[in-house]
Amino acid sequence: METGVVIMIGLFFTVAVYLMLSTQLVRILLGIAILGNAVNMLIFTNGRLTREDPPLIPPDLYVPDVATANPLPQALVLTAIVISFSFFAFLLVLAFRAYQELGTDGVNEMRLAEPEHDQTPPQGY
Amino acid sequence: MAGSSVSVDISQAMTTAAIPAGDWLVVAPTLITILGGSLCLMLRKNTDLQPKIGIGFLALLVLANLALLIRVLDHGVITMVMGSWLPPFGIAFTVDTLGVTLSMIGSIVAFCAGVFGVATVDSTGRRYGFYPFLLLLMTGVSGAFLTGDIFNLYVWFEVLLISSYGLLILGNDRIQLDGAVKYGVLNLVATNLFLIATGLLYGIFGTLNMADIAMKVAALENPASGTLATVAALYFLAFAMKAAAFPVNFWLPASYHTPNVVVSAVFAGLLTKVGVYALIRVFVLLLPASRGYMSDVVAAVAIATLLTGALGALAQSEVRRLLGYVVIAGIGSMLAGISVGSTLALSGAIFYAVHSIIVMTALYMVSGIMCMMGGSYDLRKLGGLYQKSAAFAGVFLVLGFAVSGLPPFSGFWPKVILVDAAFSDGRAWLGAAILVSGFLVTLAMGRIWIFAFWRGGPEGTPDGEAAPSADGSAIQLTGGAVWLPLGILTALVVYFGLQPEWMIELSTRGAGGIVEPFGYLRSVFGEQG
Repeated sequence: METGVVIMIGLFFTVAVYLMLSTQLVRILLGIAILGNAVNMLIFTNGRLTREDPPLIPPDLYVPDVATANPLPQALVLTAIVISFSFFAFLLVLAFRAYQELGTDGVNEMRLAEPEHDQTPPQGY
Repeated sequence: MAGSSVSVDISQAMTTAAIPAGDWLVVAPTLITILGGSLCLMLRKNTDLQPKIGIGFLALLVLANLALLIRVLDHGVITMVMGSWLPPFGIAFTVDTLGVTLSMIGSIVAFCAGVFGVATVDSTGRRYGFYPFLLLLMTGVSGAFLTGDIFNLYVWFEVLLISSYGLLILGNDRIQLDGAVKYGVLNLVATNLFLIATGLLYGIFGTLNMADIAMKVAALENPASGTLATVAALYFLAFAMKAAAFPVNFWLPASYHTPNVVVSAVFAGLLTKVGVYALIRVFVLLLPASRGYMSDVVAAVAIATLLTGALGALAQSEVRRLLGYVVIAGIGSMLAGISVGSTLALSGAIFYAVHSIIVMTALYMVSGIMCMMGGSYDLRKLGGLYQKSAAFAGVFLVLGFAVSGLPPFSGFWPKVILVDAAFSDGRAWLGAAILVSGFLVTLAMGRIWIFAFWRGGPEGTPDGEAAPSADGSAIQLTGGAVWLPLGILTALVVYFGLQPEWMIELSTRGAGGIVEPFGYLRSVFGEQG
């Protein structure tokens, strides 16, 4: 099962990198969303994948006697999902505002902070 | 629990003894800032009360960090675990000399920025949440410096990142949206890389506690294996992006000049240095073997960063963008220290980080005051500031000397240590690059001095004629709120320059504590560690 998931993670990363190399902000943001999901799956896979095993220990035992899922990656992924989702939401709003104000979603045309024909500093006075 | 087949000693997994009262200081910086931040958020619309509360809490933060520093110097490394679970089960806050020193200096800078904000952030900016965001930014920064858990380091990075987004677009100008897009996207990619590396590290060792990882790495037969090398390379790329090292530095000059000047000041002081701190932590404490064979790569990156920063500064005519490149040049010096990696070099890097936090914040504040006096950030339109205030010109000269690494101010000593360490390690190129970069930065600072301060008026006016006074829309200088923070920071720059012994000892202890982390490990795992 790990092999399949790993191949899927690789695919996700490929798609994410391809989208992030685009010059359109919306595509970059979609790439970031996919990257976040790829990372989450990577953490999850790193914590050992098990099927149909709850991360529970019977109440009368201290040490599990049957296979149990590792609960820690689930906690980590939960944190990471919340964070990456909120950041994606913020960046989406930011990109929309930037599109409204700057009239473009192409990053090559966003030259306000770094003007294209920048003057060289004064050489003398 | 009747019928249990195995008996387990719970005291192995949990702390049973009460935590000494003084150790609660460990969580004080994060608690203070998060409380103050929420309080300011509740009083968002009361723009008169907000600065008082914000500055009050920032002053408390400085005091808490000072107490924590004293306690760490007395008792050695302090660990506090959450929920009484002992590491590696519980999340740990582990405070060593390196973390608490940077946290201390960071809180001083934040306090100064809070005071400076009284003069430069208008009531609109306050209503949009300058003080809540500043305090929550400090939650993230303090947490990152004090945590002993690598996943929590990621979480604190995100806390400071989301607050920095809020600060960056405060004011909602078009240019700010442009800068924020670049800053936001690239920093998010960097934190995702950090998370990838952390996920892989967890997959290898099954633990996230830094001390536990350090022990497991040390116990490996082949600590320089390919898997660990991948993780180390990912960490290096992620933190180099955070710290704005070449070639992943271009988001910094694109965004740092867009927000309110006090926001630029905090960012330039703190944020890149958190990246450098994380780099030191990961490369020296967690993966020392990887640092060994990656040190040539780090050295090349350091040299390139030193030179791009300095040359970029020379090519700018806008003061704040020029300073953005000076920040990058400073990052190069710290990377040089990490590349050499001896205790001496690391102490130089730590001292340089402290110096850079103070001096870059002060210089951005100076650029704000220059704009208030001269009405522009453009070197072509500035002039005659010396005539307006000779004392202010003196302050700029002090800071300019310090940032170029000239004696007798705070930049001199860490550069001496770094160059000495580079030469004694047989890396003459690295030492030479630090010196060349220092020379070029001196030229850039000299250019600001000549055009903004020394000549009589702006470009086009005959020399000797005073610059036209700032138009009415420019923010007026309001006494103490402007000069007090700048005064504090300049005094620190002069003090560290004239009395460097204290700081050198502190940074040597900090460097020693991570090169040979016995104290760190013992603090986390008790005596058996």
